[in-house]
Amino acid sequence: MQSDFFSLDRISKRFGVVQALDNVSIAFRPGEVLALVGENGAGKSTMMRILEGVFAPDTGTVLYGSTPIVFSEPRDSHRAGIRVIHQEPEIVPNLTVAENIFVGELPRLAGVLLDWHRLEEQTDKVLATFGMQQDMRARQLCSTLGPAQRQMIEIMRAIRAGGQLIAFDEPTSSLTDDEARRLFSVIRRLREEGTSIVYISHRLNEVIDLADRIVVLRDGRLVDDSRADGASEQTIAKLMVGRDIADLFTRETWQSGLPLLEVAGLTTDHVTDVSLKVRRGEVLGIAGLMGAGRSELAKAIVGYDRRLDGTITMSGVPVGPNSPHAAIVAGIGFAPEDRKHEALLLFRSILDNASLCVPDKTSTFGFFNRRKALEIVSPLAAKMSIKAPNLDEQVSKLSGGNQQKVVLARWLARQPMLLILDEPTRGIDIGAKAEIYRLIDELAASGIGIILISSEMPELIGLADRVLVMAGGRITAELSRPDIDEATILKHAMPQPVASLGGQIQ
Amino acid sequence: MNSLELRTATTQTGKRRPSLRMAERIGIHNISLLVALAILVLIFGTLRGDVFFSSRNLLNIGLGITILGVLAMSQTVVIVAGGLDIAVGAIVGLTTVSTAMAIQATGSPAAGILAGLVLGGLAGLVNGIIITYGRVNAVIATLGTMAIFRGIAFIISDGQSIAIFSDTFRFIGIGRILGLPLLIWILLLTAIVFHLFLARSIVGRNIYALGGNPVVARFSGININRYRVGIYIMSGVAAGLAGILLAARTGSGQPVSGSQGLELEAITAAVLGGCALQGGKGTIVGALLGVAIIGVLNNGMILTSVPTFYQLLAKGSLLILAVVIAEYHLNRT
Ligand SMILES: Nc1ncnc2c1ncn2[C@@H]1O[C@H](COP(=O)(O)OP(=O)(O)OP(=O)(O)O)[C@@H](O)[C@H]1O
Ligand SMILES: [Mg+2]
Repeated sequence: MQSDFFSLDRISKRFGVVQALDNVSIAFRPGEVLALVGENGAGKSTMMRILEGVFAPDTGTVLYGSTPIVFSEPRDSHRAGIRVIHQEPEIVPNLTVAENIFVGELPRLAGVLLDWHRLEEQTDKVLATFGMQQDMRARQLCSTLGPAQRQMIEIMRAIRAGGQLIAFDEPTSSLTDDEARRLFSVIRRLREEGTSIVYISHRLNEVIDLADRIVVLRDGRLVDDSRADGASEQTIAKLMVGRDIADLFTRETWQSGLPLLEVAGLTTDHVTDVSLKVRRGEVLGIAGLMGAGRSELAKAIVGYDRRLDGTITMSGVPVGPNSPHAAIVAGIGFAPEDRKHEALLLFRSILDNASLCVPDKTSTFGFFNRRKALEIVSPLAAKMSIKAPNLDEQVSKLSGGNQQKVVLARWLARQPMLLILDEPTRGIDIGAKAEIYRLIDELAASGIGIILISSEMPELIGLADRVLVMAGGRITAELSRPDIDEATILKHAMPQPVASLGGQIQ
Repeated sequence: MNSLELRTATTQTGKRRPSLRMAERIGIHNISLLVALAILVLIFGTLRGDVFFSSRNLLNIGLGITILGVLAMSQTVVIVAGGLDIAVGAIVGLTTVSTAMAIQATGSPAAGILAGLVLGGLAGLVNGIIITYGRVNAVIATLGTMAIFRGIAFIISDGQSIAIFSDTFRFIGIGRILGLPLLIWILLLTAIVFHLFLARSIVGRNIYALGGNPVVARFSGININRYRVGIYIMSGVAAGLAGILLAARTGSGQPVSGSQGLELEAITAAVLGGCALQGGKGTIVGALLGVAIIGVLNNGMILTSVPTFYQLLAKGSLLILAVVIAEYHLNRT
């Protein structure tokens, strides 16, 4: 069948010893949502980069109809009507929201001056399409935005520019359900208008919901290309991984012990009067919408943000303020959400990154001891199936999900008493997700306290002993098992007037 | 499980081909530096083969780069940490003067050495505090202190050159051990110390983390303020050492010494050696190769009678070329 549209013909791509894509052919169709799924490192992002012209394929061609086309850089593919929204948003932090959305096509006055008035108008229009007027302003600096909002800007920029084929590489991994729903309605509208959509995600329920066709990649090979109707999460997962996936959200034990972390009246520039307790072996979930202050709470607890008021104790011993070092010494570990900016040294190896917080266990007389480091990191890398040629691989070369696993490995190596995980399964495939859930269960069973910040409801409901809901930098509700459910969480997560806040906790 | 485990990171560690490992150890960048060095040697060797390869001239090159070598190595550490120190030349001038004055006053070479190192460290401390706690951009801060330190050197010496009459002290600059000038031994020793410190010690690795991403470093429990101040103190002490070596070699303390663009050469060598000005990247071995290139270039230009003014052109162009190449590499990976 010869269509009159973009297709990939027998594409292969190799990075050193890694065969990222192996003879993959896909035909895209206008007005269709094609979902691309596969484990971390299966080759999804690589395929998008080839389609966009960031990489040239080793063999194979990109076709339009039956004409081969060669993009030597992304600008060429943009002109041909291809847009890729990347997994890691690339926005300029020191420019405003409006400028980031309209970069390259800023409206001008008299040919040279920036027409602010028109720019603001256009931006407001775009924001309105996405229902984002409440979340950001046209003139706001992007450095003040969180990862979710940055992701939305990346999306708005691509859609604003328009195109025949728009690819989304894990657009929802940093979005909350609410924003995701708004994105889906935009995607459906684009499909109706005849745009071809490529949708990459590890959230299989979304894929089933949205896709007309599902393509599964495994280790760089195409293993399935079929219509979406009738597909279930189980069948897709099995195709992706090549085996059955055990029950996702289970915990073997629900036992919590002595009090571990006590936070009282904690206040920083971003959170107000937060009090909470975590016991040994307990998983405390934190829920909330984008900008509710969940990550900021974590940064306040680990002493990254300046503490204005309040106390923090670990097993009754006070933890000094404003020093992540003091928090680590007190036994608190924190895996941040924004791995590229806050967690990873992109130009260092897996080994260096994973051993960063255990200098004493990986050194002799103050000098790095590679053998010791390997002894600690190797088993962790194996346990989480970090996919890389070896542990000396630069972290920037790993796939998104595997980068996340390196962050977790760092803290597993450290073995803290309390571990704060901010969106730990963001961008992680379903097999590895199950692995991380098992790990959380294991850690809790061994007496470690865990604070789990997550935008994925099933994750919180399945794993947490208790859930704190946040809105506007405050805690608005505390729910305990078995009364944790999506509707209640959502009800308390909605921003509310200050007056109605009192008296909801304890 | 199987298909997954196959390409899991641990299973393949250490199973690489030996030839590949060798090339990886030296590093592609260092290999290209060696090639550049070879080309320079070839050029000057052909033009002035009679003098260039004489043992006297080779020793001259070696002596010429000791002081620069020390500065390039400490500059490498500063740049890896994400900073820059352009006051080092002025600190060298200040320490030659204070070392000479201390020896003049006490007659003891030890007092002179101590004065040089302590004053260098103090100057570095000032830089570190201004940059870390005053939150002044490193280039601006050290540009300012450069003028201040030079001014102090002129004030305390009254603008005069101060002669050193201690033979023990002069031995550092002109003596030999096992046939090799003491200065070269000192360079080798400091090189080993710097290399072990930066590449192998935990503090050194934390410096890479700090320069690579200060946010990550802070989240990982590294006290980044203390590290920053410490690194500038180190840079000051190293400049103090360079000043002592210079005073020992010339037998005098001169407020103008170190003002002939030492900092320019040190930064050029560090960048040639693979330092990224954004921080987080660079090696001592690379810096030493950069120093060797500059040493051979300086020496060759003198031998082939290139006028001084044109030598300046060459040096400035080299720095810019080095940065362009470094940026190109950074954008490719
Ligand atoms: N620039 C690169 N250099 C070396 N290897 C690379 C590079 N880019 C990707 N790879 C490797 O190619 C493989 C495929 O990576 P890719 O990013 O396409 O995976 P993915 O399917 O998008 O995974 P994820 O779901 O984790 O984002 C991985 O093993 C990765 O390590
Ligand atoms: Mg990807």
